[in-house]
Amino acid sequence: MSEKTKEHRYDSGLAVVQSGTVKDPGIEPHRVRMTDKSAKHERNASRQVAAMFIASALGSAFAIYAYFAFPITTELGSVRSNTFFLGLGITLGLLGIGIGAVHWAKTLMPDAEVSEERHQARSSEENRARAIEIIKLADQESGFTRRKLIRRSLYGALAMFPLPAIFFFGDMGPNPTDVLKHTMWRKGTRLAKDPYGTPIKASDVTVGSVFHVIPEGLEKLGADKLEEKAKAAVLLVRVADGVLKETPERAGWSYDGIVAYSKICTHVGCPVALYEQQTHHLLCPCHQSTFDLTDGCKVIFGPASRPLPQLPITVDAEGYLVAQSDFNEPVGPSFWDRSNN
Amino acid sequence: MKNRRSPLAATAVIFMGLVLSGGTYAAANAVVNHSNTSQAATQSQIDEGKKLFLANCASCHGKDGVGTSAAPTLIGVGGAAAEFQVDSGRMPAQASGPQMQVKPKQFTDEQVDALVAYVASLGTGPAVPTEEMIAANGDAVRGGELFRINCAMCHNAVGAGGALTEGKYAPVLSGVPNDHIYEAMLTGPQNMPVFNDQNLTPQDKKDIITYLKYLEANPSVGGYELAGLGPVAEGLFLWILGLGTIVAITVWLGAKSN
Repeated sequence: MSEKTKEHRYDSGLAVVQSGTVKDPGIEPHRVRMTDKSAKHERNASRQVAAMFIASALGSAFAIYAYFAFPITTELGSVRSNTFFLGLGITLGLLGIGIGAVHWAKTLMPDAEVSEERHQARSSEENRARAIEIIKLADQESGFTRRKLIRRSLYGALAMFPLPAIFFFGDMGPNPTDVLKHTMWRKGTRLAKDPYGTPIKASDVTVGSVFHVIPEGLEKLGADKLEEKAKAAVLLVRVADGVLKETPERAGWSYDGIVAYSKICTHVGCPVALYEQQTHHLLCPCHQSTFDLTDGCKVIFGPASRPLPQLPITVDAEGYLVAQSDFNEPVGPSFWDRSNN
Repeated sequence: MKNRRSPLAATAVIFMGLVLSGGTYAAANAVVNHSNTSQAATQSQIDEGKKLFLANCASCHGKDGVGTSAAPTLIGVGGAAAEFQVDSGRMPAQASGPQMQVKPKQFTDEQVDALVAYVASLGTGPAVPTEEMIAANGDAVRGGELFRINCAMCHNAVGAGGALTEGKYAPVLSGVPNDHIYEAMLTGPQNMPVFNDQNLTPQDKKDIITYLKYLEANPSVGGYELAGLGPVAEGLFLWILGLGTIVAITVWLGAKSN
């Protein structure tokens, strides 16, 4: 072995070797284990290993026992004891084998330290010459250099091959549809209670009330129900007279102190629904963005950068709250072509 | 160190004095009505409540409950709000702060009934629910769905509570009596919004109470709950205990035997 290691001595190649660098400290002096010095310790260690294996066997036996002793019944709590005791038995079964094997190797198996050095990366001169010979032979046999027509047409084919990808990836540019920009809300859609879709009358919403709102008819949708709900969810709140600070262009968007805002955070889209009745703060539970409900839901704390979109509302002839239109802007977090029309 | 006293000690002593004098006064004067139904509030109950109110509440809520700069008016808040605040020990308040704390109840049941009767007499408002309205015999599945939509964002999906802004918090719901849960939804105490009967019908409220009581009676099927606080607590637990165990095993694997 030592002959072979010498032959493959590490070659520093082009690297600059500085004098005075840290010398290879070599292998630290061998320390004799207690199990090698004393027969009593050796006996103890072998008993410990055997004890671990026996513990493992007992663990596995317990897992079989637990399967029958803690069955899953119609009572939900039984799942908890079933998984817990099965897991306990299997864990003991696996850990016992693992710890026993490692302890065996560390205390009783030979502990001589050995170092193996890296071999050189460069192949032998003989192998290198042979490789070049094979390449030349392949060129000769295939006629790659000689047959110009074949070679150039192959270059052309290889150059053309990636071009279609330019068109495929082009689709990743502006979103081909506008599903992110519109929700289910239309002019005249009634505001309804989540989850059963009961329409809400303006008179139902007393001061300090908060309603979790879906568009009427959402509960009847099929597979796309959750997708639509994720965009259209609204929080409806009534505040006391004179509390709302409305800009002139949004003056007609509330009804008698009742305002409706998108529940989807403009930061990363968590549902913002922690409404404090006295401070009128709306808190997002994910990253603590806080919105002032009385002031157009502008951001007063946290990472969100835009106010929550407002749903303009009014009442219909029967006194039910209805939307005047869709939201004034796309709901939820930013996306690349959010501002394009 | 001998004279070390909590800064609240003086307040507590004055407070206890007020409660004692109020209580004695009331006991000396009023015929104590032992019936627990607040629907039938007698005039004597109202009178007793008024005396208790003047002794314990009027300094902040004003004479006749008209409110001051320190506390809101109680006209029209109804008996439900009064019972929630006084019976849960939140009122009388110990100190001003972001949120009124739950304390040991300061009044006997009879005194609470009297105060409720008095506040209810100030103006029309939500009344104390009946025993049947708060019984936890509704539909726990439906209650769970309504709870997750209307309550869970603040109170946590299993009612473990949570933080709000600027030191306020949504309290833990486990162990809260049924009538307090009902009254809190009905009246919207402090920063909690109001869930009137048009929003959550009496049946909805009953179902929500049923769900919360179901949670109290049934342990989580998924093993140890870690107080139900969710991914942050669970992540921290795994980071410290799970990764700690892995590091300890790795160190043991690499260590030479002695």
